Amino acid sequence: MIPGTFDYFRPKSLAEATKFLHKSKNASVLAGGHSLLPMMKLRVAAPSALVDLAGIAALRGIKKVGGNIMIGAMTTQHEVLASALIAKHVPILHEAAQLIADPQVRYVGTLGGNVANGDPGNDMPAVMMALDATYKITGPTKGRAVKARAFYKGLYETALKSGEIVTAIEVPVPGKHGFAYEKLKRKIGDYATAGAAVVLTMKAGKVAACAIALTNLGATPLLADAAAKALVGQAPDDKTIGAAVAAARAIMDPANDTRGTPEYRKSVGGIYVERAIRRAIAAAAG
Amino acid sequence: MSKVHVKLKINGQEMEGLCEPRTLLVHFLRENLSLTGTHIGCETTHCGACTVDLNGKSVKSCTMLAVQAQGANVITIEGMANADGTMGALQEGFRQMHGLQCGYCTPGMIVRAHRLLQENPNPTEEEIRFGIAGNLCRCTGYQNIVKAIQHAAAKLRGEEFLEAAE
Repeated sequence: MIPGTFDYFRPKSLAEATKFLHKSKNASVLAGGHSLLPMMKLRVAAPSALVDLAGIAALRGIKKVGGNIMIGAMTTQHEVLASALIAKHVPILHEAAQLIADPQVRYVGTLGGNVANGDPGNDMPAVMMALDATYKITGPTKGRAVKARAFYKGLYETALKSGEIVTAIEVPVPGKHGFAYEKLKRKIGDYATAGAAVVLTMKAGKVAACAIALTNLGATPLLADAAAKALVGQAPDDKTIGAAVAAARAIMDPANDTRGTPEYRKSVGGIYVERAIRRAIAAAAG
Repeated sequence: MSKVHVKLKINGQEMEGLCEPRTLLVHFLRENLSLTGTHIGCETTHCGACTVDLNGKSVKSCTMLAVQAQGANVITIEGMANADGTMGALQEGFRQMHGLQCGYCTPGMIVRAHRLLQENPNPTEEEIRFGIAGNLCRCTGYQNIVKAIQHAAAKLRGEEFLEAAE
């Protein structure tokens, strides 16, 4: 099984890459390639050219800039797992990266590819929504920034326009917080049947701030805003957590596929939201 | 489609070939360079039979284009024996612990285990299982593969592995 024919281009700079992407009709950006190449083999994707970002050094690396962690788009999941900065400041990224695919895929698969390709099965988008991260984007004329929470428009549809590339992810350091990413998968390496990311802070026994986002429970990753609001200002007990779970379930609209029926996925989706909330509360209180 | 000249170092030796951009690394190794030790299993990134070591990372060579490996330093199963031609520690471990039956997944298992032991010379059983999660074996049930890797790890640390194969 091999892809159809295409031209291959490996630019040395972002300017070269965006220029090529802009003038070429049906070119795709190639990051780790572990979503794109399988899709090309199946002819689900058939780009006329690939613009390989591997040669652009500016797209790599993890650093702390003020109150943010900046992650270059070509940073691999393996590099996230190895990063002391990530482990210290945004450990939920570490927890989520460990649940992605398998070692070989994590050596090659990138953060930028995971957040930008618009697959609702990817894990990082929901985590980035929960963290209120921002994607830095470079285009043929100028750069811009889009919040993760405003980036996902539909199945494989994002805010990215023709010729644009996600270059970095800016994650605000949440301070002392509790977090959890709970993912149900059929086997190691699989996409989520259902997943939930929770980031929250506690003050005097009450939830002070909270964000909840869902993986693979709709055509896009979902920000469960009403679910989070059900917890804020409350001392979390079974009743308030139950209300949050019900609010999260109300926005789930999962596909009917080999991972289960929509009814089943909504059912387990709620259970995973509850587990993530309880674990995040315990961690924030501890 | 015009062909690309791909040059890379494999098992310490400079090698090169011409291929289309769409040629997968595993096909380039097997068909252009006649290195048929690397196996093609599923061709869908699931099974890990095609695993090679590329610039110090384990990668599935069915999900990488040969052009992406331009200039890379690659280790394949053909590079796992000792310099004098005797079996390397992992090969010896798989033999002693009966870490294979049909042998189809073994090149990928050994090349992956090589990188795992480079990164973690003394892994627990759990770390080994997590570390080889990208390699499927349909014969052995993994128990003896885990033992084979433990056997090799002990040997590389200059210790003796005392457990018997299952």
